[in-house]
Amino acid sequence: MEERIQLKVKGLVKRFGSETVLDGIDLDVHKGEVVVVLGPSGCGKSTLLRCMNGLESLSEGNIFLDGEEVSSSGKKITMLRQKIGMVFQSYDLFPHKNIMDNITLAPVKVQKRPKKDVESQAEKLLKRVGLWEKRKSYPRELSGGQKQRVAIIRALCMNPEVMLFDEVTAALDPEMVREVLDVMLELADGGMTMVIVTHEMQFARAIADRVIFLDGGNIVEDLPPEEFFTAPKTQRAKDFLQTFAYEKRRTDTN
Amino acid sequence: MGLNFDFIVKYLPWYVDAAILTVRVAFLGILFSLVVGIICSAVQYYHIPVIRTIVSVYIEISRNTPLLVQLFFLYFGLPKIGILLSAETCAVVGLTFLGGSYMSESIRSGLESVEKSQIESAASLGMGKVLTMKEVIFPQALAVSVPGICANVIFLIKETSVVSGIALADLMYVANDLIGLYYETDETLIMLVLFYLIILLPISAFASFIERRLRYAGFGN
Ligand SMILES: Nc1ncnc2c1ncn2[C@@H]1O[C@H](COP(=O)(O)OP(=O)(O)OP(=O)(O)O)[C@@H](O)[C@H]1O
Ligand SMILES: [Mg+2]
Repeated sequence: MEERIQLKVKGLVKRFGSETVLDGIDLDVHKGEVVVVLGPSGCGKSTLLRCMNGLESLSEGNIFLDGEEVSSSGKKITMLRQKIGMVFQSYDLFPHKNIMDNITLAPVKVQKRPKKDVESQAEKLLKRVGLWEKRKSYPRELSGGQKQRVAIIRALCMNPEVMLFDEVTAALDPEMVREVLDVMLELADGGMTMVIVTHEMQFARAIADRVIFLDGGNIVEDLPPEEFFTAPKTQRAKDFLQTFAYEKRRTDTN
Repeated sequence: MGLNFDFIVKYLPWYVDAAILTVRVAFLGILFSLVVGIICSAVQYYHIPVIRTIVSVYIEISRNTPLLVQLFFLYFGLPKIGILLSAETCAVVGLTFLGGSYMSESIRSGLESVEKSQIESAASLGMGKVLTMKEVIFPQALAVSVPGICANVIFLIKETSVVSGIALADLMYVANDLIGLYYETDETLIMLVLFYLIILLPISAFASFIERRLRYAGFGN
């Protein structure tokens, strides 16, 4: 990991009507760093990621990518979004396009890259996740786990500098979670800068360079994973981890 | 019921001319209806201020007045303020005025059926508004809109029968004329029905073919 700051969040406030969801977030993500964002449901994890990608306007504060500001309107945002890939819980592949066309659409039409180049990049990635045979299939013909891996490849083929993942395994059957997480682990090993929201605690622990714990609109913990999972500083983080420990005990006895 | 075939043969050309007129008026009216519909639905979909209000007023007026009244307004009303349109122009304009709102509602329901997450997913890939419309929203919207559009096309062709009310010699007008002149009611009416069927059946068949194709394509996650 280098010391260069790739993504900088400064004094981010996000309100929906009178409700303040994010209340002054400061966060620096360095190049090659993997930041996992944890927190109770509704604490604003998705909102934080959506702000980073300019899908939500900021009530206050700024977000910078490589020192350039991300603002949610204008031409600049579409430029910047090409450098920030985002993968959602619901995959959101384009249902009327086959897998290969889903992947090549934006690189060809937005980045104006030669179709051949994008296709050979897609071929490499599809082969790596075992989905090359599915290139002509439509999204409806794929399982959830397969769709999610395609969604990740689709984002990767834009050659982004940062990847944002919002609970990408939450909608998947347990046996498909692994195949998606493996792809993300491999990405992290390859040095991709990543911000990940997840409810998979073991995965979080394995992939994170840093764990951010969000609660009440603020970052209340910012620790290396070992420290966060073994010795969290705040009671709220302890309570949060406790809920997962409980689930774990339950499944162990079954 | 003995049919008078001499009569049918003699007046067949009248019907052919009338059918050509009916098809011409319907074709132009439907074409312009689609243009108006695309524009109005886009205005509503993108919530363009002010124009959007005008569009919804137009849609309410268009959907809640009979075509014959709209035609009377164009044909008898406009000349009073110095605007003279031929009967055929009135018919096309009237049909467009009526059809535009129906097309707009069909297209809009298609546009609005496309999930917001699809648009965000396109945005997160750096796609701009125009590209997103062309590549993501429009193709998915079309699949939803087509059955409604097809129904509108058939509805509008049938509505052309009203243009006889402003003395345009369409199928309905010719039939009326012949009944008035010769009292050969059976022949006249049978010909009328046949000619409408000749026009409408192929279109209906084509429409259900397209709808079936779309259902097979039936994307949906
Ligand atoms: N578009 C919106 N309009 C109004 N309120 C919103 C909107 N989006 C999110 N919120 C609110 O903001 C808060 C944070 O939502 P967010 O989706 O970011 O939470 P989250 O941490 O991702 O939760 P989860 O773990 O359940 O996904 C919630 O209270 C939610 O109701
Ligand atoms: Mg969320």
